Amino acid sequence: MQKRMSLKDILIANAVPITFFILTFLAVLVAKIPILFLLSEIVRRLSRNTFLVLALIIPVVAGLGLNFAIVLGAMAAQAALFFVVDWGITGLSGILLAIVISSVISIFLGWIAGKTLNRAKGREMITSMILGFFANGVYQLIFLFFVGSLIPFKKTDFLLPQGVGLRNTVDLFGIVDGALNDLLTLNIGFITIYIVPLIFVVGLCVFLTFLLKTKLGQDFKAVGQDMHIARTAGIDVDKTRIIAVILSTVFASIGQVIYLQDIGTINTYNSHEQIGLFSIAALLVGGASVKKANIWNAILGVILFHALFVVAPSAGNRLFGQPQIGEFFREFIAYAVIAFALAMHGWRSRKGK
Amino acid sequence: MSRLLEMRNINKFYYGNQVLKDVTITLDEGEILGLVGENGAGKSTLMNILFGMPVIHSTGGFGGEIVFKGERVNIDSPMKAMELGIGMVHQEFMLLPGFTVTENIKLNREITKPNFLSMVFGKRLELLDMEPMREEARKALDTIGMHSIDEMHLVAGLPVAHKQFVEIAREIDKRSLKLLVLDEPTAVLTESEAEILLNVVRLLSQKGISIIFISHRLHEVLEVAHKIVILRDGAVVGEGPKEKFTLFEIAEKMVGRKVENLELPPRKVPLDENKIIMSIKDLHVHMPGEEVKGFSIDIREGEILGIGGLAGQGKLGVANGIFGMYPATGKVTYMGKEYQLNSPLFALKNGIVYVSEDRRGVGLLLDESVEMNIVATAIQAFGMFTKRFLGFTIYDRKAIREHALRMIKELDIRCKGPAQPVRRLSGGNQQKVCLARAFTLNPKVLFVSEPTRGIDVGAKKLVLDYLVKLNREHGITIVLTSSELAELKSICDRIAIVCEGKLAAVLPPTASDVEFGLAMAGELEEVKAHG
Repeated sequence: MQKRMSLKDILIANAVPITFFILTFLAVLVAKIPILFLLSEIVRRLSRNTFLVLALIIPVVAGLGLNFAIVLGAMAAQAALFFVVDWGITGLSGILLAIVISSVISIFLGWIAGKTLNRAKGREMITSMILGFFANGVYQLIFLFFVGSLIPFKKTDFLLPQGVGLRNTVDLFGIVDGALNDLLTLNIGFITIYIVPLIFVVGLCVFLTFLLKTKLGQDFKAVGQDMHIARTAGIDVDKTRIIAVILSTVFASIGQVIYLQDIGTINTYNSHEQIGLFSIAALLVGGASVKKANIWNAILGVILFHALFVVAPSAGNRLFGQPQIGEFFREFIAYAVIAFALAMHGWRSRKGK
Repeated sequence: MSRLLEMRNINKFYYGNQVLKDVTITLDEGEILGLVGENGAGKSTLMNILFGMPVIHSTGGFGGEIVFKGERVNIDSPMKAMELGIGMVHQEFMLLPGFTVTENIKLNREITKPNFLSMVFGKRLELLDMEPMREEARKALDTIGMHSIDEMHLVAGLPVAHKQFVEIAREIDKRSLKLLVLDEPTAVLTESEAEILLNVVRLLSQKGISIIFISHRLHEVLEVAHKIVILRDGAVVGEGPKEKFTLFEIAEKMVGRKVENLELPPRKVPLDENKIIMSIKDLHVHMPGEEVKGFSIDIREGEILGIGGLAGQGKLGVANGIFGMYPATGKVTYMGKEYQLNSPLFALKNGIVYVSEDRRGVGLLLDESVEMNIVATAIQAFGMFTKRFLGFTIYDRKAIREHALRMIKELDIRCKGPAQPVRRLSGGNQQKVCLARAFTLNPKVLFVSEPTRGIDVGAKKLVLDYLVKLNREHGITIVLTSSELAELKSICDRIAIVCEGKLAAVLPPTASDVEFGLAMAGELEEVKAHG
């Protein structure tokens, strides 16, 4: 009964990564960017972004689809970093403290998100997306109106002129900027490799591989395939799904800490929003779908998606004399990839019937 | 042999309908009980009670008691049933396609080994120990003689029969298994595969596992069961050792004599056997669960044709296919011309109207008023009940109201008025609204599926009377699909029985219950063409 995959099937199954590879390749040709520069950028982005993308894998395996609610984790990370900045805890201890605080907040947020998604079975993706928007409102309320008024904040430099609300950007320079990156670096010619964030990424990969081989991982997979059957077999479906969302949120928060220490500034009201979109787009570009995702999808996705990111402005400049076009193009591509993946999912599940 | 299970005086109501009436069954260790009955006889409900399915407890529980191994037990969840050693192979497969055979057999009973993280965070982080899992799965498969199934194969690629055996292996693997319920296990199997399955059932019985075997293939039940219980309309109508029964007796008891002879009014014009209004040849309908695989029949003008058969055999697919609700292929001629399948609009325009069995899902706009429900399709398809006003086409409220009031009176639709939303009406009255709408479309051929499902006796009679009235007074040809044989026998001129997606027999309403029972079970070999 097992059908052999024909070349056509393979091409269709991997349409997204292949298209993206071609697109990126053409953009590289057009942009005429030095290959070493491109390489060093990709390596840096691998260490910066992969952790966030990996955070998306468990919910996909557990059948919750793409977890747009990872922005909750990102918000938790930013909140934690604001306080680390305020308390002036620098270097590695600042990072570790931020990770601890944000993880605690994320466990709570993930639990709420998981509870909510359990009430919206079958509509998890749109629910998680809206949940992200809602949380964004709460986040803005806290950091725009409560900080400096209800919540004391000593570093007045980062507050708006009235003394209430955070400024648009909070600088991490001199506090935790590069605190992980600079612990251990490796220079190969032009290319600087930040070892510690990469160790984090590898660690998460190992952990995910391990997790999926445990009883819990098996339950994730079972619940992801068919909730009804899993329930009949006696698996606590709701609890399993909540654990999946909590893990995803916590990983996202750690990922955001890694991301921000690399970037060096927090874009107070935007950083987290972009992260949800770009991480999901990257995972999909790597060949994942709403129902299937693995570590290699995440890694390949980060490489392809960010390679295009790096070259897009130059390519836009060369083609249209406008770097802005390239900028626009990235956003456009990110949304297009997500829309395409969702459409493919709908098409396949209908065809499967 | 000692007594294993007793279900005493089981009663169950679904939304006010009694589906089980004082049912008592007993089962000894290692005994095979054959449970037979028509659809809706209550077999599945009884088994759901035994297995503690949530559907029972979310609808108010049940009356009576269950005694297992001499103790009164309260089975309130499938988990509880499993702990007691009750296993069930469901009619629909409970297998995860993306898992291997082993993973499915050991689902949620995986063998794990501890590691550093599991010691900190608990048992759920223990790693799966694939090797012993694999060995045990192998052993379970070997126990039932399935040496040819590879335990590491993905379930997705397995043939249907093998899936069935994997399900059984999974139940066997539960070491505490005392009782195994097999719900229509042979429905998807070929003859020879079914034979293997029956051997497995005997083997398990010899090992001391009791079995409840549900099947509509009566000869299998007779072959394998030690004792037989026949359910009809939620009550036990026959039980005893299998030697007590013959195939014919079972068939007769299962269907039962419950025909109240309606006095059918005479026809103005007698039926003409040669006047064919619609001829269906080799109809295939892809309707999940009710697949039609090559159904053929000629429908005579002005007759009431009944379509019967057991659930899942495809009787519902016929009307759905003709009307274009599900993709269909085949050759259909209608009034001498070729008929276009897969187009509800074409059907409507040509006077073919369909009243769906899914009246709340497909049939009705639940939040709309009674009157809008009656006229909605007519407005949509034919632009009836509309008028031109200042260049726009608008509803003709007055005509709609008049028509609705007439229909309400004629069908005795019990409602507060034409403006009441249909959601608030009872099932019987909702069905009447569906019929009123169908009539509004001036049909030549009316397909009605399960018109009396879930409605009370009084309303049933009214609905059937109205169908007869439409047929006699307006000359509408009616194709009535129903799971209730008695209903078909009461008003139909001929009854077609569908079995395994094909026409099994065309019988007159006067045919004996034995014949109907056999035809439904696909055992009445020759297709009789009665007048």
